[in-house]
Amino acid sequence: MKLSNQFPYSLYQLGDHAVTIELGFTMDETTHEKVMQVFQYLQLQKTPEIRDIIPAYASVSIVFDLYKLMLDYPELTENPMMERVNDLLAGFVPSDLVRGTLKRIPVCYDLSLALDMEAMASQKKMFISDLVELHLSVIYKVYMIGFIPGFAYMGKVPDLLVTPRKAEPRRRVEAGSIGIAGAQTGIYPLACPGGWNIIGRTPLQMFDANRQKPVLLEPGDRVQFEPVSLKDFNLLNHRI
Amino acid sequence: MSIEILKAGIADSIQDTGRYGYQFQGINPAGVMDPLAAMVANFLVGNPAGEAVIEFHFPAAVLQFDKTMIGALSGADFSASIHGIDIPLNTPFLITKGDILQFTHLQNGACCYLALRGGLAIEPWLNSKSTNAAAAMGGWCGRFLKKGDVLPVQDTTDYAEAISHSKEKTLPWKLYLKDFYRTNQPVRLLSGHEWELLTEESKLKLLKSAFTISAQSNRMAYRLQGGRLQTINPVSMLSSAVTKGTLQLLPNGQLALLMAEHQTTGGYPRIAHVISADVPVLAQSGPLSSIHFTLVSQQTATQAFKKQQDALYSMQKGCDLQLNRWLINFSL
Repeated sequence: MKLSNQFPYSLYQLGDHAVTIELGFTMDETTHEKVMQVFQYLQLQKTPEIRDIIPAYASVSIVFDLYKLMLDYPELTENPMMERVNDLLAGFVPSDLVRGTLKRIPVCYDLSLALDMEAMASQKKMFISDLVELHLSVIYKVYMIGFIPGFAYMGKVPDLLVTPRKAEPRRRVEAGSIGIAGAQTGIYPLACPGGWNIIGRTPLQMFDANRQKPVLLEPGDRVQFEPVSLKDFNLLNHRI
Repeated sequence: MSIEILKAGIADSIQDTGRYGYQFQGINPAGVMDPLAAMVANFLVGNPAGEAVIEFHFPAAVLQFDKTMIGALSGADFSASIHGIDIPLNTPFLITKGDILQFTHLQNGACCYLALRGGLAIEPWLNSKSTNAAAAMGGWCGRFLKKGDVLPVQDTTDYAEAISHSKEKTLPWKLYLKDFYRTNQPVRLLSGHEWELLTEESKLKLLKSAFTISAQSNRMAYRLQGGRLQTINPVSMLSSAVTKGTLQLLPNGQLALLMAEHQTTGGYPRIAHVISADVPVLAQSGPLSSIHFTLVSQQTATQAFKKQQDALYSMQKGCDLQLNRWLINFSL
């Protein structure tokens, strides 16, 4: 069956060396299942002229080695990149989705780490304990990893927790910080500047370059947050 | 067998053509700013295109070599010299044990590359020797080079006898790259997916007015100063992939042009993309350079890149021939 019969999609170029396959326009599980199916299919098809395949909320992008593509496929003369993508997608066969795993992530919501919790509580006129309960009430889906190494974009947070990005980003957000931006929740794997509302911190090393798999979460995984006390956080936190 | 950094530069790092295959984990490719110059430097010393090089920004580091080596510089002209002898760009040069290479003046360009025959003997991380600043991995300790760093080199050959027979510090052949860098011409763009969201006035502004590369630019992105651009309606986008050359419209109406150390995904309108063939000239346009843009077709982009790469690889053949002919004289 053709991809287009199954999942309506559109293609657009991301410059002269990348193409984005757009499968939807919203952050939702149905769209993301299509993303993961196409991503997993393309990973199996990966040929040397393909440098990267990047899944996102509602799209999959393919980054090419443009010169290698032209050398390896001299018969594609009009627009080698789009022709190659169309050829790849023409062979799409839906297969069983390799499901991501459920990962438990300890979080400490202590106010010394949850830098924006008080502001969120007063703005929403809610108790901090209720905000914590709400954040814990959902098993989140990892929609994509992007921005910096290992940054997991997860969703959706309960409506009452939805909070826009901070107007003034912080110059430094500590590694492990858990934030909220709109309906997304995410974990900063490394210390970096950032504008998400920080509501807690995990002692886990979300990114460790020396691990065989440096990144802890992958697109398609599910995440269950588990509350830990500040004392336990300090015991578990081996970050230098 | 190594190179010691006697004095640090402002932002010198080890890079290759980039770390690909891990962007789905948010691990950005990094790599050289000017792939053309890095390739040329490598070809001149007989290395493959993807060997690691040192990328220098001005003011650049001072280096000392502890063995005989063959090196080549390409890209920006920082008036390189060894003990008062000028080392020109785009020609292989001979290094004697104890030589000190320094860069004294910024003549033109923004990134200068040093390739050494055999390459640098450093461990790749995820199949690449590029420095990834975000992860603080790859290259040399995942960071810019510092005073006291000692970078091991791969090549164990002793060139002392060959060097003693050579009158000049440089070998007698040179590449001419002028045609590769379209200077004083507009940087060529392909329209991006969000191009049509711009107001007509903003489209004209982008294509008709000059932009200045801000001093706040770095290996991640160039901040462009110039007229502010606007979309017809406010835009709210889901994050998706971005790539080298992507021209993003920031909420304040200013432009960020993604360069070698770009992040993997973004949520700002991608109004256009610099074509691959013009990335080198852009990389060599340093802070406060003025640039113009023009729109071209995918066909123009593809052909320009193919022509450039074909020419580079045919130069590689010439380089190999010359170098092997020279080495064979000394049974090397």
